[in-house]
Formats: sequence, structure tokens, C-alpha cells
Amino acid sequence: MKLEPLGDSAAVATLGSGIDEGTMAAVLEFTQTVLGAAKPGIIDVVPAYATVTVFYDPLHFPSGSADSFDAVSRFLQSCSSRPTNAPFHSDSRITELPVYYGGDHGPDMAVVAEHCGMSAEDVAALHASGDYLVYAIGFTPGFPYLGGLPKALQTPRRDTPRARVPAGSVGIGGVQTGVYSVESPGGWQIIGRTPVRLFRPLERQAALLRPGDKVRFRPISKAEFESWK
Amino acid sequence: MEVAVIRSGMMTTVQDLGRKGHLSQGVPWGGAADSFAMRVANMLVGNPEDAAGLEVTLTGPELEFAEAAWIAVCGARFEGIPSWRPIRVEAGARVSFGKREQGCRACLAVAGGFDVPVVLGGKGTFLAGSFGGFEGRQLRDGDILRTIGASRELSGHWSLDERVLPRYSREPVIRVMPGTHAADFGESLYSGRFAVTARSNRMGTRLDGAKLIRPEAADLVSSAVAPGTIQVPPDGNPIVLMADAQTLGGYPRVAHVASVDMPLLAQLAPGDGVRFERTSVREAHAMAHASEHALALLHQGIAEKVRPA
Repeated sequence: MKLEPLGDSAAVATLGSGIDEGTMAAVLEFTQTVLGAAKPGIIDVVPAYATVTVFYDPLHFPSGSADSFDAVSRFLQSCSSRPTNAPFHSDSRITELPVYYGGDHGPDMAVVAEHCGMSAEDVAALHASGDYLVYAIGFTPGFPYLGGLPKALQTPRRDTPRARVPAGSVGIGGVQTGVYSVESPGGWQIIGRTPVRLFRPLERQAALLRPGDKVRFRPISKAEFESWK
Repeated sequence: MEVAVIRSGMMTTVQDLGRKGHLSQGVPWGGAADSFAMRVANMLVGNPEDAAGLEVTLTGPELEFAEAAWIAVCGARFEGIPSWRPIRVEAGARVSFGKREQGCRACLAVAGGFDVPVVLGGKGTFLAGSFGGFEGRQLRDGDILRTIGASRELSGHWSLDERVLPRYSREPVIRVMPGTHAADFGESLYSGRFAVTARSNRMGTRLDGAKLIRPEAADLVSSAVAPGTIQVPPDGNPIVLMADAQTLGGYPRVAHVASVDMPLLAQLAPGDGVRFERTSVREAHAMAHASEHALALLHQGIAEKVRPA
């Protein structure tokens, strides 16, 4: 584990270098340990791909000889050597997201189908065929960075990003796929839309998905999409 | 009490000191870009420091107060609005922000604070998420804000010793700690002036100056970023992340601004400029403690003169 400061209010623990499920498992396990230890002065713990970033309040730690970054580093070192009883994958959740592929809500479906050399139906079927792992939540509130897009569906981003992509839009951006959680600008190819809201600020767990969750897409008809409203 | 928005100004939002604890859900801390100004504005009207106030940007609003109130405006200075001191507003009077004289963002506090719902632990507006503050958006002409009623008793004639304020300037020197990829960029961040561009907002202060080019541009795996992180996109123009910045970033990080200097950045308007100089994490912590100590003394002094009535 490598520890380094991120400015004067955070420390980054790096647990790997690439995008892979093994590193993600270590990231989630370390996140659980840090959250479980509930050290005062720790404000936010942010897992993402290969890192866990721990935000702290420098004013919580006394000024003087021992610096607060050193104190947080020592705490994180102690967390990394602490054995955990429950590996994360035992409780990883699978969330099914219904998606209406193509049509008005998937304006780039034709582009993706042509790029991949398959029909729109095949793109939808392949996109919905496997489970995706949530590597991180960010970009916008509740936006899941998903890993596991089949190689055959990888399609470059749009040359010109759209100024507004509606919430629920399912997109492909290079090797990644994801769901726009709130309306925002975006450059991914939009192939469909889910009626499920991924971010609900008035709920206690505002983001529907958490890092470590699995996501599965289920194709639905236009009629079923409309009936969700 | 009701406060009517006669003119909303260019970008006026309800802000507080931010919402913590939701970064892993992609929700930034947010809050006033110049948290120093918001804290002092609240102190000056006898509020808790994290009461909801208004953040005014470049062009100020015109507000009509239904009842008499104490307000304070800190940060950017506007014609016709005394700064850094309590102001008595009579019932039915209008507070009209004139021409901007200095800075970019002013924080307006009213005794009692603005009455808006707490969303995810904060009262501030998060524009990209369309929640918090007043209906999750910037104010518009005709909006009616409510305040939490509170009367105050102020004693004597006094004003703030301006030596306690941050070193506000149109050309500040900002202290930064080297970031993960600092070595890739050599001395370019420290070699001269960067201009603040008009594309800057609550998410990022976008700079234009020497181009910061990485010799080997390898793709990075995204990880957490923070307000103050200086990211360098492929075009070489650095972006200093601000209060509403996204929580994850995939661009190289050349440096991070010391927390105590974030108010200086928040007050830069397009055309203003910055220079950067190095500090260390340890020094940044010492500066944070010193600044907090000064604010605590200020709070003590003000609390003797501003009391609940």
C-alpha cells in the first residue's frame, strides 16, 4: 500500500495500478475496515478503482510536532494490517436496471450498431447479457463507473459532447459503460434509457448504487418504459 | 420574515459551509466558495457560522426586506454595500448591490439565516445535482426567500480590523503543495502568471498561461479529487477545482492549493491573475491552525457586541 497526501485535507492509499476485480476487492475491503474503525476527524472515505482516499479535518488534530497527515497515515497503516472477517464479495448486491434500448431515448444506437457491425437488437442483447461491476461513483452524483463492457461493444465517444444528456441515459464511452444519474453534459454514445432513478437526494442513501455492487441490464419495451412513470 | 428577490443578479445561490460525508456517492462538499467570508458574515449577525446565506457572483442582486433585519456582506465589495460589518435594514427597504468594486463573490448573511430545507446534511445549492438551497437552483427575479426570525442587539460603534482578512488581491500568490504528477510538469506551474478565464465557475477556476504538457501522456485511472486540486487536461491549461467540483478525476494532478488560500481563488474574476509558490502539507496545516485561531478570536470579539435580543 502506497500512502500520499492529496492536498492538506486528504490521504490517498493506492492498492493497485489497473482496473481489475482483484484490486477492486482489496479497495472495498480496505474501505470497510477504515469506515469500521470510525476514527474521529475522518470526514469522507472514497473508494475508486485502485485507490481509497480518506478526507480528514486537519483542525481536528493538534498542531505542533506530530502532523495530522502523519497521524492519518499511521491510522491507515494500522487498518491495512488489520484482518477483516468478512470479505466484501459475500454481501455484494446485484441491481437490475430495466432499459428501453434504441428509439428516441437511444439516439446513438445506430452509430454504435454500425461501429460494432451488428444489429441494434444484438447490441441491446449483448449489452444486457452480463453483469457489470461498479468501480466507483462520481462524475455526477450517483453516476456509476461500470466495468465489464464486452469488447465487441466498445465504441469511441462522440466527437462533440451533448450539452444535456437526460437522467437515466445508458451510454458507452470507449471501454466503459454507465448510466447518467442526473441531467448533465456528456460525450458518451447513448443507446437507451432506464426509468429507474440512480440519484435521489431526499433519501438517506441518495445514490442507488455503491462501489462493489453488480449491475445487470434488462431490455424492456417502450410500453413498459412508459408504464414506469 | 420574507425577502423578495427584485433582481437576482448574475448568479446568486443559497450557500452554507457545505455538506460532508457524501463524497463516495458523488456529492461534493459544496458550500460557499469563500468559506471565510461566509463564516464572518454569519458571525457579524450573530448566527452560527454554518447558517444559510447568499453567495452573490460578479453582479449583485436587489432584495426587499419585509421586516427590519440585520445583515452583513463579506467578500467581494459592491458599490452602496458596506462590507465586513453589520448593516441595519429597515422594514420594506431594498438592499441594492451596485457596481462591483473588488473581488468576485460576496456572501450575504441575515440574522437567523435563510430558511431552506436541509438536503444530505447541507443547506447549500448544488447546481449540477439540482438540489439544496432554494429549489436546487440559482435565484430568479420574483423569488421569495424566507428567513428564520431572529432579533439581535448590537452594542456600540465598531468595525472589523481588516488585518484579520485573507490577503485578497486581484493578483494573489497562491500557496500549493505538489501533486502526484508534479514531477512530470517541471517548473511550468511556478514560472509565471496565469490568467483566470471567463469559463470559470463554482466547479473550477480555469486558467490560461504557460501550457503544462506532460512528456508521456499515459491514461490514468480515476481517483478522488478535492477542492483545491489543480488538474491538467490534455490542452495544458490547468483547472483549480472549486467547491462544486466533481468528486473523481482522471487528469494528472500537478498540485493542490492550501485550504487557507481557497478564499483568495474564490475572489478572482475573469481577467485577474495568479502565481503559484510551493508550500508543504505540514506548513499548510500550520497555516490552517493559525487562521482558525484568528477566526476564534474574531468570533469572541464579535460575540460580545452582537447578542440575541
